[in-house]
Amino acid sequence: MRAPVVAFLKSLLDSVRDLAAIIVVIAFFQIVVLQQPLPNLGAVLGGTLLVVLGLTFFVRGLEMGLFPIGETMANGFARKGSLWWLLIFAFALGFGTTVAEPALIAVAAEAAAVAAEGGMIATDEAAKASYAFGLRMSVGLAVGLAILLGVIRIIRGWPVHYLIIGGYLGVVVMTFFAPREIIGIAYDAGGVTTSTITVPLVTALGVGLASSIRGRNPMIDGFGLIAFASLTPMIFVLGYGMLI
Amino acid sequence: MEFVVTSVQALGATLRDVLPIAAIIFGFQLLVLRRSIPNIKRILIGFVYVIVGMTLFLEGLEQALFPLGRLMAEQLTDPVFISGTADTIGTLLWSDYLWVYIFAAAIGFATTIAEPALIAVAIKAHQVSGGAIGVWGLRIAVAIGVAIGIAVGTFRIITGTPLEYYIIAGYVVVIIQTVFAPRLIIALAYDSGGVTTSTVTVPLVAALGLGLASTVPGRSPILDGFGLIAFASLFPIIAVMAYAQIGEWRQRRRTYIANGPEPVSRRRTDHDTD
Repeated sequence: MRAPVVAFLKSLLDSVRDLAAIIVVIAFFQIVVLQQPLPNLGAVLGGTLLVVLGLTFFVRGLEMGLFPIGETMANGFARKGSLWWLLIFAFALGFGTTVAEPALIAVAAEAAAVAAEGGMIATDEAAKASYAFGLRMSVGLAVGLAILLGVIRIIRGWPVHYLIIGGYLGVVVMTFFAPREIIGIAYDAGGVTTSTITVPLVTALGVGLASSIRGRNPMIDGFGLIAFASLTPMIFVLGYGMLI
Repeated sequence: MEFVVTSVQALGATLRDVLPIAAIIFGFQLLVLRRSIPNIKRILIGFVYVIVGMTLFLEGLEQALFPLGRLMAEQLTDPVFISGTADTIGTLLWSDYLWVYIFAAAIGFATTIAEPALIAVAIKAHQVSGGAIGVWGLRIAVAIGVAIGIAVGTFRIITGTPLEYYIIAGYVVVIIQTVFAPRLIIALAYDSGGVTTSTVTVPLVAALGLGLASTVPGRSPILDGFGLIAFASLFPIIAVMAYAQIGEWRQRRRTYIANGPEPVSRRRTDHDTD
């Protein structure tokens, strides 16, 4: 019965090491640079303990739950051999996990405020709400299509850099034509779409697909889905800004 | 009592994140693939661990690190702190913000090291590459990229230069590196741009950007506050490719010292074979 306890303590120590840098940075700036005492030390220490425990559980759950299910699904689809279902699944996963993402909801609301201030839409609440909703839908659509395209790429073995560089060129060209207010939001939209739970799942799916298809290298072909999911929202948000 | 309320809220937020994913996965598994899932019990326990872990993690961050970090971002960007006195506000130069750049780089590095999504990708890359890519090597390379990215991003907010110039210049660097970097690293490098900015980094970096944009004269928080996340997504791509290129260069130098110059044709095959 001792082995699981030792393993748990070991992963707790790993989490402490993962978080050590944040603690050092915050303590250094608070004490040395700003020269202020740490306010309510008890809450800070209690919170840090929760963070350490949380990270330990998450990493354990990652290896027990998220990685295996991602691979199981990839294998299942590869064996079933139905491309259509795989593509529908890829789109649903990208779209479904993105539209409900709290970070995206927050960014869309801010973007509506920016657009209203820039005179692109009316300043009343209804106009802002419908703008924010449209933006969320376009980002969701963008991520759904990104995962779908990424899966097709893994199956066909297309080199990832042609698609990504092509996408970058698209972003650059659109930047010149998009309204100035939307550019910052569009560039940030790429970063906020991929949540902590989606990333391991999508990575496991990509690597699992590349491992079950003959002739694909999991390292070269398996990664890259996240890259698509960060790129297409920029294009879609710039496009949304140009249309509205 | 308050602790219970905020914990329940954190649990709710995590569940809202996990439920659509779980519904899609188990829906497709049961209705389309129609196969029983091997080790279903273990996987379900794993999901419970993920939910519990994310809840505790978010709750702890919200209690301990975020309030301090946000407060710090506000204090460091306060013109009175930067100039030392209240008189010289308005005449600050970009070089007066030295502590802001150092804080930006340090907090970018530290939060990236703790980012759970990056830990996940690093573990996977380590497995898939058969150990060639170290978990810590990748995480440190990405963290250095984020550190430089956020520091440059704060410089941009302070100087008020257009965001797109920096991002387009960054793309040009990425494209040039893609030509020369080892093929095995390219997809992973592109991916590392997207994984850096989630749970830990975004709230602190957003606070820093907002603090800066509202205190630097002539900046509007609503227009200039955006863009830091874009920097934090772009620079890790450059850093990870550089990490692989430096590794390859050192490898080649070692064989060069041991064996003398190798034929040009052999050197090319490093890039071209799968």
